[in-house]
Amino acid sequence: MRMSAMKLSATAALAVSALVLSGCAAGASDDDTPVSLRMTVWTSNEDQLALFDEIADAYIADHPEVKSITFDPLDFESYTTTLTTQLAGGNPPDMAWVLENAAPDFVSSGALVPLDETLEATKGYDLDDLSPSATELWTDGDGQLAAYPFSTSPFVVFANDDLLAAAGQPTAAQLQADGRWNWESISEVGSAVNATTGKAGFVVRDFDYTQWDYLSTVWGGWGAEPWSKDGATCTMDSPEMVDAFTFLHDAAFTAKSMPGPGTAADFFAGEAAFTVTQISRASLLGESGIQNWELAPLPEGPDGDYSIVGQAGVGALAQAEHPEQSAEFIAYFTNPENSAKLAQYFPPARTSQLDAATLSAANPVLTEEQLGDIVVPAIENGEVRPSHTGSAEIQQEVRSALDALWVADADVEGTLGDVCAAIDPLLEQ
Amino acid sequence: MTDTLERETVTTGRSGRSGRAADRSAARVTRRRRRSLSGNDNLVGYLFVAPQVLGIVAFVLLPLVLIVYYSFHEWNVLANTFRFVGTENVERLFSDPKVAPVLGATGIFSVGLVIGNLSIALLLAVLLNRKARAITLFRTLFFSPVVVSLVAWTIVWGFLLQDDGGINGLLQLVGVEGPNWLREGPTAMLSVIVVQVFKNVGLNMILFLSALQGVPKEITEAAAIDGAGPFRTFGRITLPLISPMILLTTIITIVGSLQVFAQIAVLTQGGPGISTTVLVYYLFQQAFEFHRFGYGSTLALVLFVIVLILTVVQWQLRKRWVHYEN
Repeated sequence: MRMSAMKLSATAALAVSALVLSGCAAGASDDDTPVSLRMTVWTSNEDQLALFDEIADAYIADHPEVKSITFDPLDFESYTTTLTTQLAGGNPPDMAWVLENAAPDFVSSGALVPLDETLEATKGYDLDDLSPSATELWTDGDGQLAAYPFSTSPFVVFANDDLLAAAGQPTAAQLQADGRWNWESISEVGSAVNATTGKAGFVVRDFDYTQWDYLSTVWGGWGAEPWSKDGATCTMDSPEMVDAFTFLHDAAFTAKSMPGPGTAADFFAGEAAFTVTQISRASLLGESGIQNWELAPLPEGPDGDYSIVGQAGVGALAQAEHPEQSAEFIAYFTNPENSAKLAQYFPPARTSQLDAATLSAANPVLTEEQLGDIVVPAIENGEVRPSHTGSAEIQQEVRSALDALWVADADVEGTLGDVCAAIDPLLEQ
Repeated sequence: MTDTLERETVTTGRSGRSGRAADRSAARVTRRRRRSLSGNDNLVGYLFVAPQVLGIVAFVLLPLVLIVYYSFHEWNVLANTFRFVGTENVERLFSDPKVAPVLGATGIFSVGLVIGNLSIALLLAVLLNRKARAITLFRTLFFSPVVVSLVAWTIVWGFLLQDDGGINGLLQLVGVEGPNWLREGPTAMLSVIVVQVFKNVGLNMILFLSALQGVPKEITEAAAIDGAGPFRTFGRITLPLISPMILLTTIITIVGSLQVFAQIAVLTQGGPGISTTVLVYYLFQQAFEFHRFGYGSTLALVLFVIVLILTVVQWQLRKRWVHYEN
């Protein structure tokens, strides 16, 4: 029996060894073996995923070295955390979407393989078609493109004319015609909407008193920036920023034109008169029940007109097993033909496709006029949302310090000074 | 089975020298068989405990060893660099100005949760420890949050605790303007504690109920005959008799309170400020959001040491107040 036990132990050890070895063998890369690729994305929209699958199937049909390509949707809220956890766990995706606020970390760390060589070698790719302003954030210190900016989505204002009419307030078109399309008027009208209907005036979507960087869509009107151009000095306490936050504080606590902290209001559920959000949210209008709505550019601030864009890039992870095949697929995924297909969901960075006619052909919700007058100029002139290396920690520090501002009797200037005190050491790193 | 073998051995006994030799031989066979059977039994036992042992090794002991190892390194997952930094993370721990408030928030949460959970659980158990109509329904009702998904439970409470949520709506009905529960420091912590108390109070209630039902009736009846009132009987008779269960629930609740994460992540994200940033949430931020896995591991070690110390202290103190241990 002792022998049996020994035999059993030996058999178990052999079985474990075999499993380990077979696991190693399975993980090993073989040049001749077709590979499977995985791309992490933050969309779970079935139409968008179907389009990605269609592009991937066409690629696989012409590329026997690729067996399959899967698109792995991750939760948007925790996307970057989940992605880095996969990297830490030794399970990196071959390709990943990267948000603009995480771009400096991914680009500067070398986490993404340079794409220039592969893109240039791809027939008909026309890399020069990408506007320099669109690729700036995704270019590493050596001037190499670390990720392709597949989406350059401007922030705009959607207005609910039904609600404005119910409150007896002018529509967005009337405000623009009267030359009153500015933050002051928006707040006045929003305050009246709240007083008469109980619904919210204006909402900066996704801000929710935590994601403060979405407020760049407001403070841009005051000409404010969170830090200096070189990213080394905090300017959250600049006079322009103080004025912008004073406006926001008044809107939340005095005029009541913006929902206060802890109060939810969804424009696309008919709960607000105006919302600042990305143009890609236009797809939500169909199910919103809002009969009459308008699209408008960001309102003018004391500093004049301005535009803000959000960007998303797609890159090949250097730590994954098949970076070369991934780069080649990205070249196909973003070539002129597929970029035009993707344009119905993701405004392209290609200057040749940045016209109302091309965008209109791919976008059933918005008219050619809306796209030409509002979306295209916003993309061309827009400034990318703020980003910095170590963005997660900066995001957390600012959120934490700004909490003191979201009370009725806040000291705006003092709080913004505290914000700078909190992030200055991080910006200097 | 061993008995049968012994009987077989006895019945094969012989007389004389050859018989004694045969007996010795038979005894050796028996001993071998016993050892074999003993080995067989051990093997079966080992096989039964193997999954549990493997689980503990893979998910408790190995990670514990690894976090000690990681805490001496800095690991940048994006750059894929891993370098030895010696005691740098420990030095950072002592110079990090957030550690003290984080430990403070952890302590407030733990104390609030333990006191709230145990006292309400005991009260409910006492109230439900009687024969009455629909008593099972009430027991089920109070226990049901335990089996509800933690995240779903917390999200629902998040809506209720909004400034214009259900709690303040109810308060308005009685003319009270409620605070912005999750946006003000003291009420945010109170809210997180209350949400967690209601989530798990049913579990401790059931444990207390089982202990109360194990208290012999003749003892409480004797106390009543001697003139003791219900409060005196409860304090002097019932509580000491259920003290082993109080010890168990205290240890479980304290350890659980130090591991709170989902409620913080969903309800407050550690805010306002860092008033609800407890140790587990802080180490999550450091490791998984700020990509400081080395420092996150050091914080995890701090948590391990705190849990270990609290458990050992409670185990030692049991001699002073746990009835059966005296």
